[in-house]
Amino acid sequence: MLAYIVRRILYAIPILIGVNVITFALFFAVNTPNDVARMQLGVKRVTPQAIEEWKREHGYDKPLFYNAARSGLARLTDTIFFQKSVRLFAFDFGRSDSGRDIGADIRQRMWPSLAIAVPVFIVGLLTNITMALLIVFFRATYLEVSAVVLTVVMMSISSLFYIIAGQFLIGKLMHLVPISGYSGGLSAFKFLVLPVAVGVISGIGSGTRWYRTIFLEEFGKDYVRTARAKGLSELRVLFRHVLKNGMVPILTGAVVILPLLFTGNLILESFFGIPGLGSYTIDAIQGQDFAIVRSMVFLGSVFYIVGLLLTDISYTLVDPRIRLR
Amino acid sequence: MADVLLEIEDLEARIGAGPRAVRAVDGVSLRIRRGETYALLGESGCGKSMTALSIMRLLPAPAGRITGGRVLLDGIDLLGLSEARMRAVRGGRIGMIFQEPMTSLNPVLTVGEQIAESVRIHRGLRGGALRGRVLELLDAVGIPDARRRAGEYPHQLSGGMKQRVMIAIALAGEPELLIADEPTTALDVTIQAEVLELLRRLRAETGMALLLITHDLGVVAQTADRVGVMYAGQLVEEAARAPFFADPRHPYSRKLFDSVPTMAKRARPLAVIPGSVPELTATFSGCRFAERCARAWDACRERVPQWHRVADGHGVRCHLYDAALVAGAPGAAVSADAAADADTAAAAPAPEAGGHGPGGADLLRVRDLAVHFPVRSGLFARTRAKVYAVDGVSLAVGVGRTVALVGESGCGKTTVAKAILQLIRPTAGSVRFDGVELTALRGRALRARRRDFQIVFQDPYASMNPRMRVGEIVEEGMAALGLVADRAARRRRVAELLAQVGLSEPALSRYPHEFSGGQRQRICIARALAVDPRLIVCDEPTSALDVSVQAQILNLLKGLQDRLGLSYLFITHNLSVVSYLADEIAVMYLGRIVEHGPVSAVLAAPRHPYTEALLAAVPTLEAGAHRPVIRLEGDPPSPVDPPPGCHFQPRCPRAMPVCRERYPVGTVVGAGHEVRCHLYPGA
Amino acid sequence: MVKPVFLWTDTLLYVLVAAVAVLVWYVRRHEHLRAPWREVFRNRMGVAAMVVLAAYVTVGLLDSVHFRLPLESSAAGGERYSGQVLSVLDLLLTPLRTHQEETYSAPLATRLYSKETVRLPDGRDVRIYPRLRFGGAQLRDPARDRLPDIERTILRGVGFALLVWGALAAVVILVLARRHRWAPRAALQRVLAGRTDYPVHVALYTAGALILFASVTGHLAVHYHVFGTDKVGQDVFYETLKSIRTGLVIGTLTTLVMLPLAIVLGITAGYFRSWVDDVIQYIYTTLNSIPGVLLIVGAILMLEVYMANHPGDFQTVIARADLRLLFLCIILGITSWTGLCRLLRGEALKLRELDYVQAAQAFGVGHTKILARHILPNVMHIVLITVVLDFSGLVLAEAVLTYVGVGVDPTTYSWGNMINGARLELARDPVVWWSLAAAFLFMFGLVLSANLFADAVRDAFDPRAGGGRRGG
Repeated sequence: MLAYIVRRILYAIPILIGVNVITFALFFAVNTPNDVARMQLGVKRVTPQAIEEWKREHGYDKPLFYNAARSGLARLTDTIFFQKSVRLFAFDFGRSDSGRDIGADIRQRMWPSLAIAVPVFIVGLLTNITMALLIVFFRATYLEVSAVVLTVVMMSISSLFYIIAGQFLIGKLMHLVPISGYSGGLSAFKFLVLPVAVGVISGIGSGTRWYRTIFLEEFGKDYVRTARAKGLSELRVLFRHVLKNGMVPILTGAVVILPLLFTGNLILESFFGIPGLGSYTIDAIQGQDFAIVRSMVFLGSVFYIVGLLLTDISYTLVDPRIRLR
Repeated sequence: MADVLLEIEDLEARIGAGPRAVRAVDGVSLRIRRGETYALLGESGCGKSMTALSIMRLLPAPAGRITGGRVLLDGIDLLGLSEARMRAVRGGRIGMIFQEPMTSLNPVLTVGEQIAESVRIHRGLRGGALRGRVLELLDAVGIPDARRRAGEYPHQLSGGMKQRVMIAIALAGEPELLIADEPTTALDVTIQAEVLELLRRLRAETGMALLLITHDLGVVAQTADRVGVMYAGQLVEEAARAPFFADPRHPYSRKLFDSVPTMAKRARPLAVIPGSVPELTATFSGCRFAERCARAWDACRERVPQWHRVADGHGVRCHLYDAALVAGAPGAAVSADAAADADTAAAAPAPEAGGHGPGGADLLRVRDLAVHFPVRSGLFARTRAKVYAVDGVSLAVGVGRTVALVGESGCGKTTVAKAILQLIRPTAGSVRFDGVELTALRGRALRARRRDFQIVFQDPYASMNPRMRVGEIVEEGMAALGLVADRAARRRRVAELLAQVGLSEPALSRYPHEFSGGQRQRICIARALAVDPRLIVCDEPTSALDVSVQAQILNLLKGLQDRLGLSYLFITHNLSVVSYLADEIAVMYLGRIVEHGPVSAVLAAPRHPYTEALLAAVPTLEAGAHRPVIRLEGDPPSPVDPPPGCHFQPRCPRAMPVCRERYPVGTVVGAGHEVRCHLYPGA
Repeated sequence: MVKPVFLWTDTLLYVLVAAVAVLVWYVRRHEHLRAPWREVFRNRMGVAAMVVLAAYVTVGLLDSVHFRLPLESSAAGGERYSGQVLSVLDLLLTPLRTHQEETYSAPLATRLYSKETVRLPDGRDVRIYPRLRFGGAQLRDPARDRLPDIERTILRGVGFALLVWGALAAVVILVLARRHRWAPRAALQRVLAGRTDYPVHVALYTAGALILFASVTGHLAVHYHVFGTDKVGQDVFYETLKSIRTGLVIGTLTTLVMLPLAIVLGITAGYFRSWVDDVIQYIYTTLNSIPGVLLIVGAILMLEVYMANHPGDFQTVIARADLRLLFLCIILGITSWTGLCRLLRGEALKLRELDYVQAAQAFGVGHTKILARHILPNVMHIVLITVVLDFSGLVLAEAVLTYVGVGVDPTTYSWGNMINGARLELARDPVVWWSLAAAFLFMFGLVLSANLFADAVRDAFDPRAGGGRRGG
């Protein structure tokens, strides 16, 4: 088990290097560091000295991937790519192109992101499982048919609609909760109700359908017949046998996104003005701040890989058949 | 009839609705007495499992439903009970076990929990009493170290163990009737013998009745008190075991007996039942078996046969026993069946007695063949261990001869086949075909050789691409090897080949799913024949087929050998097939051959204790001739970690200290008969 | 003569249509391929969804035939064409396209939505809600005549719809009657009772509902703005119809981009295993681990810079917007192929162990041939199911991405742009809701029918879902 985890972590290194290569290639294929500097300094009155100055300050005064001026290993290490990547691997995000401390920003903005993403995740998971169980329990009745149709309808509605309708109905018409203006502490709780509700509702359609398929598939298996032949009631078969087996794919599917909760929900945060990492990313996109975007890409990849690892570990916890080697 | 426990009257069950509904069970009536073993015998699709599920009211919902009849348990109609009361019957008064122990247990619950669940519901025990009862049940079904096993998950148990656990679950409610639906079909023959023995013992101890559903005449002969034969949703014959085996009356029952391969039938083709089971969507105006019956006459096609009592407790659904109709039957009524078998003689020309000639030089020589699969683990996924799937196998197949490779699942016999064909590259050893070393060939050179050796697989459903027409499937090899370049010529050749295996030309443009299992296996044989091979490796070609269909395939293989001089390497676990078809036999245990020699010698006088146990475990048709089962301790060991010394030693009833020390060398004990066992120290 | 204009996405759409046509022809000739499709056509939900989808596709394809009209002044000699690129749909919707108002107006309104200062004939300035230039312009006294006129128009629309639908139903029933040799009356009864091989009645009812909607809105649209107008006075109904093409392009071209990659890499990884598998797994794990939105962001930013630096490459605004749309499809494809690739790899891993693949190897059939003949045809059902399932997700994604600012070009008509533009107007009092409503309604119609169709396809093609045709 330990050897497996260590191996997976080692395997993550080439993946993260690959991720960095891709982001660097993407961002610098057309935008040279000069372009970046010019943009950050403002288009007007930029002297070449000012550009050089800015580049040196932000560590862009080297070649991208290959430094022909140096010799030996330094040809590869004394480059923007190497310098910036090595720092990222140490989780030192450095300064953003506009001069902010990215690491501090992330630490600060992580909490609002979690405050919304975690409740959405947990409440959503519980809601979807409950709905799916209900639908499966009422198999082959009109209740099932209408519930299935309802889920299709719900998943056909744009998530933007849920947000806009929620803000409009609950916030504006009924004045029940504030629409924007996140602040820490207790008042955040009242404010978070709406975004969380919107987040959960917009996920019900696809989530419930997916879990229903899983449960239905379990119902077709032989051990269910054995359970019935024992004289178990349908409810017991559902909860003791089907639910327990169905939880294997459900839990492991959910675990993979667990670490990604840190990076927040772009749309929800942006719409509701929550100062989390999601809106941080969007702001960076709109401000064309590559340093932040790159950091978020790296962070996202790390979290994804951690998620994969957690998935494997959670398999061993919920499924006795699986052992990691 | 106070001793009748279960009475089924005119039971009807259908799968699906509307005109396409399948009448899976169509008017079955039978009675099971207390403490009796009733065997329901029939081939696949005859409705025997559906009958069992109908008793439990467990037909697959919502497609399957019971449309008529009564099921009386002690006079109470189960079909009229509320669902809640029926649940008390399921697992309580009637227990049931299923064919696939691998999938029938819940993978995420421990064995103990699954048994306890049933005990709690039906016996109401809690706490310590519950745990005690669970251990008792595990003991009762012969699971050693019950306390530890109770905490294990199903995947940690072998197939035989799982079936024992299933039986323990079924016993938890102390049922009066145990329904066993093909309980041993998925198990190896030695395990099967133990499970059957267990069922016999439990029945004797508890006095419960047993409804045994099976397709295997041997199992019936060893276990049943009474036998019911089902065909196409109906019961066609019912009798006590002894009279049934002495004198089966229904033409279908007789054919079943005749199609079982044995040593005695080697000289002639097996009896076959032509055609296939009729579609159960139709309504029948005559006898359901008439289309396939050699003794059918007009009456059989025009009138539905009634149930006739031919002796006390012996009934048949056949016009031959209707005094009013039998006058019109061709030939004498009950006695003659020699004439009826005329059709079988036509199926394949009778080979000369005594099998095939000694044959010339060896076509295939395998020396010390080994296939090891690495097991990777640890930090850098280094090879830490190996699966010794095949570990030093040597054998030879002569021209025109059949060598049978026999062994239980997991012994590596299929890997041997694939390694010989170079589908898996052997780790070590030599495979010489016609003097050419195959393991040294690569690429084009190997491809050019491939036409000489071909393979027929076990599962006729998985061995043909469902998206290709039969014509394309058969000609694929010819095209790939560039044998017949001309397209039209190739088509002609395909039609020829299909005719050779008994299929007509229209089959060419149809898809595999339109054929039955037996027909598919014929197509696979035609595909192998297409490149004019000299050796065909048959990997369990008949084990997925019903016995009557198996007979067709065996006849076909035998006929082809006589005509084309083919050599076969026949891989199987079925010793009766071996005794009918093979010239030589090689018995494999855990990657090695433990005994080999001429079929007659090995089967008549097995030397290796494993061969002895294997032969003893095969249920024989001679009812009453109850050979003692040689009990093998434990389960077959894992090929990752073979036991020290002789691999068989941990399970061997005759193991000696030396067996634990080193692997025995081969000893010649007769003409061409060699055994690797310390009981026969080398000369 | 008009001068045809072939936009990149147009061409690719034509290729796609041609490919689908070839596929249909091929499937019709192969019984085992036809059988599951027959199941799809027997599924009532599926048939209804297909009719709706067909309507959307028709609109989208009409909007994909582009050309430039000749300028009238140039009749004398040398061909000169208008700089404006139009589509067939634009021509059909000319009244909608050209009835431009000042700014916002509510659906079916006759006056603007906001007060403006208007100089009366007598010279005084007043702040009133001025009459619209086109909406209800034919009415003398809108306050009195508007509702009766709308009612009359709707009735005319309904009548026309009934006429068209009756004709369609008659043709369908007569064709059925001819094919099955039924009496026309019997055919009618059978269709009404649903006793036909395929649920013809469902198709007819769905088509009826669509015809009714089209006819009523069509009649109204001549004199009114059915869904109001937006900030610059553009007819919202026109905008939302034009957005259909964008949705379809993103939903289909994206899969066209990703399919070759996913199929080739997926089955080769699963079939060859060893180092090929390792490399392909590395590629897709790496790509997968980059948050999709950020990858799209990077690519789109890159494109924007490229376009800013090479303004000469784009003759028209529409060509420029079109290239951005195409690029969005490509980049969406690159971020979304990994899921299918992984599925196909898993399936190929299973298939390579199957006996028929082993049999082919025993004949010495080459790897390419085995992949093409034995592996590929047996994974195509997975490909099909994925493509259909992905479609609706992509249509929804367009709106979200455009909202984030990395979607389609701001000048492209799309539901995302409509929502984005109208979102802020919700803060106005009274609320401007119609742009949002129209965008969401049409998007919902497309996505819902695509989802229902996907369900039908999955039920028919997925071996695991097979067997139980349950419920309604």
